[in-house]
Amino acid sequence: MMTQDQIALDERPAGAGLSHLLDVDALGADQITAILDAARTFQQLAARPIKKVPTLRGRTVCNLFFEDSTRTRVSFEIAAKRLSADVLNFSAKGSSVSKGESLKDTALTLQAMGVDAIVVRHHAAGAPHQLTRWVDAHVLNAGDGRHQHPTQALLDLFTIREHFGQLDGLHVAVIGDVLHSRVARSLVQGLRTMSAGVTVVGPPTLLPLAVGQWDVDVSHDLDPVLGKADVVYLLRVQHERMSEQFIPSVREYARLWGMDGRRLRRLSEHAVIMHPGPMNRGVELTADVADAPNALIARQVANGVAVRMSCLYLMLGGERA
Amino acid sequence: MSSSSGAVGHIPLAVRSAAPAAGLLSGSGRSHQSLVTFTDVRVVDPAGGRDGAANVIIEGDRVASVGRESRGLRIDASGLVLAPGLVDLHVHLREPGGEDAETVASGTTAAAAGGFTAVCPMANTQPVADHAGVIEQVLRLAREAAMCDVYPVGAITRGLAGAELGELGAMAAVGVRCFSDDGHPVQSAHVMRQALAYARTWDAIICNHAEERTLTGDAQMHEGIQSDLLGLTGWPREAEELMVARDLILARGLGARIHVPHVSTAETVALIRAAKARGTRVTAEATPHHFTLTDQQVASYDPVYKVNPPLRVKTDVEAVRAGLADGTIDAIATDHAPHPPEDKEREWSAAPCGMLGLETALAVTITELVRPGVLTLPDAIAALSTRPARSRDIVGHGGPIAEGTPANLVLFDPEERWTVDPGRSHSRSRNTPFAGRELWGRVHHTLLRGRFTVRDGESVTPGDDDEIGDA
Repeated sequence: MMTQDQIALDERPAGAGLSHLLDVDALGADQITAILDAARTFQQLAARPIKKVPTLRGRTVCNLFFEDSTRTRVSFEIAAKRLSADVLNFSAKGSSVSKGESLKDTALTLQAMGVDAIVVRHHAAGAPHQLTRWVDAHVLNAGDGRHQHPTQALLDLFTIREHFGQLDGLHVAVIGDVLHSRVARSLVQGLRTMSAGVTVVGPPTLLPLAVGQWDVDVSHDLDPVLGKADVVYLLRVQHERMSEQFIPSVREYARLWGMDGRRLRRLSEHAVIMHPGPMNRGVELTADVADAPNALIARQVANGVAVRMSCLYLMLGGERA
Repeated sequence: MSSSSGAVGHIPLAVRSAAPAAGLLSGSGRSHQSLVTFTDVRVVDPAGGRDGAANVIIEGDRVASVGRESRGLRIDASGLVLAPGLVDLHVHLREPGGEDAETVASGTTAAAAGGFTAVCPMANTQPVADHAGVIEQVLRLAREAAMCDVYPVGAITRGLAGAELGELGAMAAVGVRCFSDDGHPVQSAHVMRQALAYARTWDAIICNHAEERTLTGDAQMHEGIQSDLLGLTGWPREAEELMVARDLILARGLGARIHVPHVSTAETVALIRAAKARGTRVTAEATPHHFTLTDQQVASYDPVYKVNPPLRVKTDVEAVRAGLADGTIDAIATDHAPHPPEDKEREWSAAPCGMLGLETALAVTITELVRPGVLTLPDAIAALSTRPARSRDIVGHGGPIAEGTPANLVLFDPEERWTVDPGRSHSRSRNTPFAGRELWGRVHHTLLRGRFTVRDGESVTPGDDDEIGDA
């Protein structure tokens, strides 16, 4: 019963192949479209009783996680397993890393074991870039410091396109701690590449100093932005930002930049709410907003597996094992 | 230069202890004086006001004449430039404590290979050079290596901790002229003011690593659009400028001597220019990487480009170049900072700051400043030798090149091209940001008191056969 999908998937679109996925900036509009289109095929697969295709049979994918992230790791693991890849999970805790092994030596070890792709999550920005210098395997960035989180951005683009049917011409308000957010960096680049407009919103302390050069609109005031937004994308605010003098208190943040029922009513009728999770209810958004019918937060999570399958497939599929 | 007056009386001790007179043939134990003439060489000697062809005779450890005659072994030096040996105000030789990265012997060998005859190693060794014992150890190691004169910088505060003054007097007594907690800014204005005041006892120089640390908490690179894109915490320009401004104000109030290391921003250049115009006793240096490279390099996430202060943007590079051109910045100094590969081949945020510089400084200066017309060749030599020597009261280096002066010299071909190969470095480390670059200007010979430390591009250690008279 998989035959039809099998045939479709083996005809990988020419030119869409990825050797690595490090940052969204490196992707052209046609590449993003190819990833989203393939993800739609995989999404249909998820509705079937048998969710597995043999596409990556015999290939080995290593999840190399230096930062705790159960959600993202599990999403990648399911994605690779549904493609029939062998998956090995390597977390920094309890491994040679905790005994002082360097990133380079860890990478060379994986290389020697013949891993085909490394999905890496690391607290240091640029670590996935560095890996590409040391190994032949494909490297997929699952979040590096505050730099990039490309699959999160791609699943967000997928979710927006799924809801609106297109990305071109939409307007997205990205609200909150842009400065420290790898999600914001990736998402804004992806939106601009797909010709969506962006307004970043937040206090100047939480926006990058050079945000004026980002090819986006900037507002420190949330309310005037609400009426024109098709998508309201809320970023997570970490509590330690208070002690570092980025904001005086969570209460003040919630009052000035949080989404609550009052602001929800000021959105246009068709507008949707998104959040990359995990949410701080009562800070970035109130419970009634999180659970509102136009909140796509659960869709984002659901689409994560299909988009990650798509990325792995476009990196590894069709290659000789 | 103007700030060197009145200090000369303190110096000879340093010179004697750092570098006992070592004649051309001292390695062989022969007693006769050797004699060599570099014929038809372009003599560039800013201190003597000379730029022209001549024959230069070296007899023993001194220059015997600059003119038309020739005696002894004749070495055809047509096409070469003969200049005073280069003087680096800012290096890290890592010994004691960091011998995996560099030793006094390896660092001074790299210095000689780069055309230097005097270097000033910083105090951030382990143990810290905050007392006379470590200073004397470094001087002894340099004397034994005999590749380059060494003028150690003493720490301002004990353990570089910024709290208590080190025993500057004990260090001054063994020849230290400059004090710095380099790498560690003196955060307290009170401690800085006391250091500037106390150092006046010897008219010594205080050099403060300018970084307002409350602004650079987890800083990884220059703050700007590039740090935004790369997701690395930014090091704002203001962190440097605020502290330079503070130090200039403090030094002016006390009539004290202040040296600003590794100038990296346009506003710092402007602050120093204004302070000089007001008569503040300030000197300043810039590194080859800060007048050449920008934060664009960081996009590779290769920590070889990680340095403090960080690589800035084009407008800063241009301002630093302008500061060198108009003399606001007195000296080109390398901030030669060796790190072993295992420390640099790490995640960007985990890697230490610092770049090699000694073996590339002359060629980068020629390639990036002289050839494009920012500096004349004599101005470049002034910035690499004459002015740094004067600014730190170092006698016997920096020229003039004249009868009777010590033969501390470099001969190089400014038109010769070469490619930087880290594998061929004399440093124990390999972290040069110029790897693979083709540069103009190659050192042929370096002479330290008449002895070749580099001959025909090859290092000559004192144990080697250096009897050039028999060549």
